[in-house]
Amino acid sequence: MIKEQIKDGLWKQNAGLVQLLGLCPTLAVTVNITNGVALGVATIFVMMLSNISISPIRNYVPESARVPIFILVIAGLVTIVDLSINALSKPLYDALGIFIPLIVTNCIVLARVEAFASKNSTLPSLYDGFFMGLGLTFVLIILGAVREIVGNGTLFQNVHFLIGDKYEFLTIQLFDSSDGFLLAALPPGAFIALSALILFLNLVNQKR
Amino acid sequence: MSEYKVILKTISIISLLGLIFAVSLSITFEKSNPLIEQNKIEFKTKLLNEILDGIDYDNDLVNTYISVKPNELLKNKTKTNAYLAKKNNILQAVLIESIAPDGYSGDITILTAIKSNDEIIGSRIIDHKETPGLGDYIDQKKSTWIFNFNGMSLNNRADPDWRVKKDQGTFDYKAGATITPRAVINSVKNTLLFYKENKELFND
Repeated sequence: MIKEQIKDGLWKQNAGLVQLLGLCPTLAVTVNITNGVALGVATIFVMMLSNISISPIRNYVPESARVPIFILVIAGLVTIVDLSINALSKPLYDALGIFIPLIVTNCIVLARVEAFASKNSTLPSLYDGFFMGLGLTFVLIILGAVREIVGNGTLFQNVHFLIGDKYEFLTIQLFDSSDGFLLAALPPGAFIALSALILFLNLVNQKR
Repeated sequence: MSEYKVILKTISIISLLGLIFAVSLSITFEKSNPLIEQNKIEFKTKLLNEILDGIDYDNDLVNTYISVKPNELLKNKTKTNAYLAKKNNILQAVLIESIAPDGYSGDITILTAIKSNDEIIGSRIIDHKETPGLGDYIDQKKSTWIFNFNGMSLNNRADPDWRVKKDQGTFDYKAGATITPRAVINSVKNTLLFYKENKELFND
């Protein structure tokens, strides 16, 4: 059973490239790898939580009111995560700041609750949340890397916000940032990079 | 099941879930809020200390402040605190918060430290929502741009200097993002003006 979730999450039903859900945070946030990883990990966490909260109560949720109930649960969980991170680690909160509340608006969370957790038992739902989130995280990281290199000439910019100031040396400056291609750093650049990724995925699928 | 029963069931389930989350949210809030507030104070203390680099003071900075009413120069919408750094009860420097409302997206909150001779010790961005990777180079976490203000004053710099190079000034800017630095420069300059015009406020 878990094999199916791995395949679906990472490739066949990839949230960012196949389902094309949650584009708003995906495109807006992926200016560099650090942001991609941060949003990705937070999304994985919320998706796992929301899937395992909905799955056990799935038989009690009335069909007609399921969407408001799902949103209520997701928004509540995200707020709890948001407050907890703010209290436990301020540097991490400052780095993730606006992205955590944004997860509520990420359609992929609601979509997986609706399409999977409300129809399957708890353990598979947990796997589904994890691997769907992981698939999205990979897309976020690739997008972040491409946009960072092309737009700014760096890799791992701001990585020290996530893992501490002593790791600032990890940031690599490939070329002077003023030579960067500004479009890549702006949302249209994200669209173009994303479409290139989708093209790649479809090419591979076609060859098979 | 009759139609009414379905409606009743729906309402009670939504209410129950709403109640569960209201309770867990309020518990989380109660538990996390003291920590969050403490984090904020620590962050502020660190920021104030850092910005006053090289200034000798011996008072409890976070608790020595005066309240500044909303005014045209600082553009603050509510009363804000201006912190006073003192040595043997003599004023060494003031830290004034200002808002640049005319950035690219949303308000930019800036903290500026001014020496008693009207010179800027340094400025820091406290909060902003400028485009990541584009307008956010004003942030000290992203680049050293904000340190350009160090040592500037209204006396030692003529008016045209308070502009970006694109407008024949002295400030660097990033192509495609000139609105943001213009807003910040303007706000810092107005902060100096405010200090100059309201010195008696700080000297009691």
